[in-house]
Amino acid sequence: MARKSFRQAVNEAISQEMARDPRVIVMGEDIAGGMGAPGEDDAWGGPLGVTKGLMPQFGRERVLDTPITESGFIGAAAGAALTGLRPIADLMFVDFMGVCFDQIFNQAAKFKYMFGGKARTPLVIRTMYGAGFRAASQHSQCLYPLFTHVPGLKVVIPSSPYEAKGLMIAAIRDDDPVIFFEHKMLYDVEDEVPDEPYTLPFGEANLTREGEDLTIVALGRMVTLANEAADRLGGQGISCTVIDPRTTSPLDIETILEEVRATGRLVVVDEASPRCNMATDISAQVAERAFEALRAPIRMVSPPHTPVPFSPALEDLYVPDVEKIIQAARTAMAAGGRKAA
Amino acid sequence: MAGLRALVMPKMGLAMTEGMVAAWRKAPGEPVAAGEDVADIETSKITAGYESPATGSLRRQVVKPGVMVPVGTLIGVIDDGTADDAEIDAFIAARQAAFVPAAEAASVPAPVRVATEIGPVQVLEAGPQEAAPLVLIHGFGGDLNNWLFLQPLLAARFRTFAIDLPGHGGSTKTLPGGNFAALARAVAAFLRARGIGPAHLVGHSLGGAVALALAPQSLSLSLISPAGLGAEINMDYISGFIAARRAREMQAVLAMLFADPALIGRDMVEGVLRYKRLDGVAAALQAIAAANFANGRQNTSLRATLAAIRVPTLVVWGEADRIIPAAHADALPASVRVVRFPETGHMAQMERAADLARHILDIAGM
Repeated sequence: MARKSFRQAVNEAISQEMARDPRVIVMGEDIAGGMGAPGEDDAWGGPLGVTKGLMPQFGRERVLDTPITESGFIGAAAGAALTGLRPIADLMFVDFMGVCFDQIFNQAAKFKYMFGGKARTPLVIRTMYGAGFRAASQHSQCLYPLFTHVPGLKVVIPSSPYEAKGLMIAAIRDDDPVIFFEHKMLYDVEDEVPDEPYTLPFGEANLTREGEDLTIVALGRMVTLANEAADRLGGQGISCTVIDPRTTSPLDIETILEEVRATGRLVVVDEASPRCNMATDISAQVAERAFEALRAPIRMVSPPHTPVPFSPALEDLYVPDVEKIIQAARTAMAAGGRKAA
Repeated sequence: MAGLRALVMPKMGLAMTEGMVAAWRKAPGEPVAAGEDVADIETSKITAGYESPATGSLRRQVVKPGVMVPVGTLIGVIDDGTADDAEIDAFIAARQAAFVPAAEAASVPAPVRVATEIGPVQVLEAGPQEAAPLVLIHGFGGDLNNWLFLQPLLAARFRTFAIDLPGHGGSTKTLPGGNFAALARAVAAFLRARGIGPAHLVGHSLGGAVALALAPQSLSLSLISPAGLGAEINMDYISGFIAARRAREMQAVLAMLFADPALIGRDMVEGVLRYKRLDGVAAALQAIAAANFANGRQNTSLRATLAAIRVPTLVVWGEADRIIPAAHADALPASVRVVRFPETGHMAQMERAADLARHILDIAGM
């Protein structure tokens, strides 16, 4: 086993599945780079180099550079999935997803249901999300709540290199369309990642910390921040459970409810815009099903309801950070009654 | 200062770089005998007792419980009763001034994968090249890390090879078969691939049965709670190990292994879960369970094999073993040396590493 970056972990997952299953193909803009033009092949490997090395290994037949027409190649990928391939389409930035909503929302998500359960759509759409990259409002959003909203899609948000490899292999082997969210700020994070293939289950939350006073639910890049907040709070006598749901569709609400019932207090950390995001969804489900267990109001840590600012100073203020999580935890601890004995 | 002995953060396992005193077992000034636990040492994987290297009294607790320190850090001082406080202060000051933490990971041996005729076999080798070979074979669902306490103790005298059985750890997940004989062929394949002749064999649980099946190629046998000596086996453990998906489920299953379940650390549970997620592991574990423990009973008896063995043989059992009952150590051939550890579960190699190492050195004639 070796330390690998998040970028390497995703690349290794795709490479191992391509080697195992000839039906797995990769397609997207600049996914290899240089197609149709003189010059260096495999020059890009995707906008941030995640798919670099796949084209020389598996060839142009299976690693396809596409034109800049998301509506075209996402539709082609959905059709290829329906007819027997297992495509991994790279949509670069989730912010661009709008131009192919019909292909995703009305076609890929619905095939299984509209063809009487006989159709399978083993499609993975990889996409980058998240702020902190100084990439301004059209390249920094966290649009996973939109996809979580649509039945028929699975939505995966890995929080570390280890999680990314296991969840990507599970996504490729899944027979339903999966939207796979990669946070740009995680690509260079390193972690122990097994060389062998392995899978992580969808709909099964991971407890990264176990405590007694407070439950923190966090997604994607926010998991690392929540862990750091929990460690610092632990030093101050507040012991926290941290839950990484791994997937928002399916969502392991049962584990969240179980932990809230054990601790009586909940903080949800979500980098997505604050209206109709995962924090509001999880909070509503907990309020409906475990209200009696809550000792204090649920606290949500989300950015303000504004486009992601381009000014670095403002962007830093915009994104949830460890301090904000600690503040929310302290507020939750100060409010309400003591835990029932 | 002839009577002063330093207690330092021990290196429990080849990869350990730091640890903390979980609790002191002796108060300052309290007498302590050599070999008696003076403190509990906690790493991220497991908590274990720290045996006093000398008889005397614990004069100083230099490190407070709960503080993480590098391996080798002075944590306490033992004295035979002749030193005064000033001498002890000087001793501590001198030790601390001279202490240099080992460069991180500089000397940590890493496991390697060896190509064999049954596929890659992962091995962690430690000890002098010229010493007699000793092979450590783990049990069902285990891996070479099960020997993290014992291997360094044995590596002082043997050239040790802790291997991962097929279907386990970093070895091939394709089994040559699931029964004892097939797994023994896999170990033999590894020995051939590395050019190792007759070796001292140490096997735990399922690995004990595998070692027993390899008896003709051994110099000595040390079997820790081995399979193959009776019909009973705790299927709640076997089935639970196969079924557990989440940390808490796995923690409850692993708790059955130890007399004191509080020894299990979060990293041990997470490590087992990560192993179980690897491609091919679920099928391999099911195949091994089906081949050996169908209908909830052990279906292969190696008692006849044991009776026919000519090499020195040690059978060790924890009296509180909840996986395979210690009664399986009853009525063994008179030639077999039987050692029972009180208040010890299925994992004597972790729970009683120092005592066990002494017995293995003895049976191996070292």
